[in-house]
Amino acid sequence: MNSTVTARVLVDGTASGPVLALDEPLSFWGGVDPNTGTIIDIHHPQHGLSIAGQVLVMSHGRGSSGASSVLSEAIRLGNAPVAIVLESSDPLIALGSVVAAELYSKSIPVVVVDDLEILRRASVLSIKGARVEATGSRQRSARESPLK
Amino acid sequence: MTLQLSDRDAAMLAGDLGEAPAMAMRLLTQYAGFMDAPRLLDVSAAHIDGCLVTGQSSIDLAEALRDQGGRVMVPTTLNVSSLDLLHPELYRGDDEPRARRLMQAYEDMGCRPTWTCAPYQLADRPGLGDQIAWAESNAIAFANTVLGARTNRYGDFIDICCALTGRAPAAGLHLDENRRATVVISVEELPASLKSEDAFYPVLGFVIGTTVGTQIPAIVGIPAATEDQLKAVCAAAASSGTVGLMHVVGVTPEAPTLSTVLGSETSAETRIVTVADVAHARDRLSTRSEAGLSTISLGTPHYSADELRRLLEQLDGRSVHPSIDFYVNTGRDVLVSQPGIEADLAELGVQVVTDTCTYVTPVMKPVSGVAMTDSAKWAYYAPGNLGVDVVFGSFDECVASGVAGRIVRNPDVWGAL
Repeated sequence: MNSTVTARVLVDGTASGPVLALDEPLSFWGGVDPNTGTIIDIHHPQHGLSIAGQVLVMSHGRGSSGASSVLSEAIRLGNAPVAIVLESSDPLIALGSVVAAELYSKSIPVVVVDDLEILRRASVLSIKGARVEATGSRQRSARESPLK
Repeated sequence: MTLQLSDRDAAMLAGDLGEAPAMAMRLLTQYAGFMDAPRLLDVSAAHIDGCLVTGQSSIDLAEALRDQGGRVMVPTTLNVSSLDLLHPELYRGDDEPRARRLMQAYEDMGCRPTWTCAPYQLADRPGLGDQIAWAESNAIAFANTVLGARTNRYGDFIDICCALTGRAPAAGLHLDENRRATVVISVEELPASLKSEDAFYPVLGFVIGTTVGTQIPAIVGIPAATEDQLKAVCAAAASSGTVGLMHVVGVTPEAPTLSTVLGSETSAETRIVTVADVAHARDRLSTRSEAGLSTISLGTPHYSADELRRLLEQLDGRSVHPSIDFYVNTGRDVLVSQPGIEADLAELGVQVVTDTCTYVTPVMKPVSGVAMTDSAKWAYYAPGNLGVDVVFGSFDECVASGVAGRIVRNPDVWGAL
């Protein structure tokens, strides 16, 4: 399966990587350890997985307002997703990437698409500006099934 | 949408007012773009969440702004930090120098060292209709819901950018048209006895947070609630969900009637909260463990003066069991307003914690068994943050358990479940 959708660009950039599609919104603060990239929110169905190096696909953020600094710290340490694809704009998440650009000249693309369903089923996503290309399709792996 | 800047905004962006306002305005205008804001608006106050160390980047941003001469342009309060400056001996971590650097950077920029997650418990809090830029999810929900002030869900970094410029994006909850309720949560079917229990409110907040997504709920069926009960609803809904504003019909200032808060949203869905929903949420707030009780933590968000006094009254001269570490978090301003209360609590074995909170930084002794709390927010975050097992209980149950040295349930509290 190959398909391309046009996104709204919050933070511009180019990246490509395997898809980690979250089943529920995730709070970065208290939900992700920036030192490892691991999801530490025990209430999250994908608790224990790592977001590092993935194209993180999620509807929107959640919970604490501390998302920006956790994301910028994860970017600084190289434990961030390579890109984030959202369904609705999440300014706190996008700001984390913008601040990392300001402080460390490192950022990740953050884009918004109207409908995540096609992208969720892709195995690889490539983002270039407003263009999001989905490649491959996959069964939901055991890794992504709830741990609880 | 193109962002229209005022002359002063443009001057700040160009660096005419200095390097720090320019950097803050650069981040703020990008943020306004994320929100599709057509312009910025003035704010009269700010509350900063960025003073808790989440990593080197928190310090790097604050020091960059400070070193470029940043000074806040509006009265600005500070959220909890990573240290308890009044009880420094409690800190068991190894990051004190960085924590102090971060706190100092924000103080240097003119922020008030309030160190509380409950700035609405300070004397000069904002009022109905005030435009403010607050961070800290529970404070945001409380400001919008209970005070009728107007803030978006700001967070660390953008909070200080608003404070250094006195501006915020004219979008979201700052505007009338975005403050209408879009979903109705009915608790009318729940028994009055349950709704009279304090412990009902954090659980209700958890139900709301996990139910409404990004919608604005109107809650019907709560005849009256104290500020402390509303605080518990707000904190739980904001940490388990994305809630920045609720309308408690007949209770909160923008919600005299359901039709007022719905406006033209006449097709808003109604969701009925059942006794089973409340029981399920309460049970999700506890993790499973066979271990015995070792620790109790109250005061997330920071206890009010009323709550502190109630704790002393509930203990009624009884000491905490020697096997239990018993903590209560509060703000330094609240503590100062209650002379002698800290000594009275200490005599009974209760450790007061100020300036920070027991789930965000290592101030508690190691939790050898289960930790118990009356806070849904603490129950929600502590397992991930601290790696501990948690039992959620009512305030009465927590106090009784602390005295007994084991988990004590009060069947009257949860009788309806």
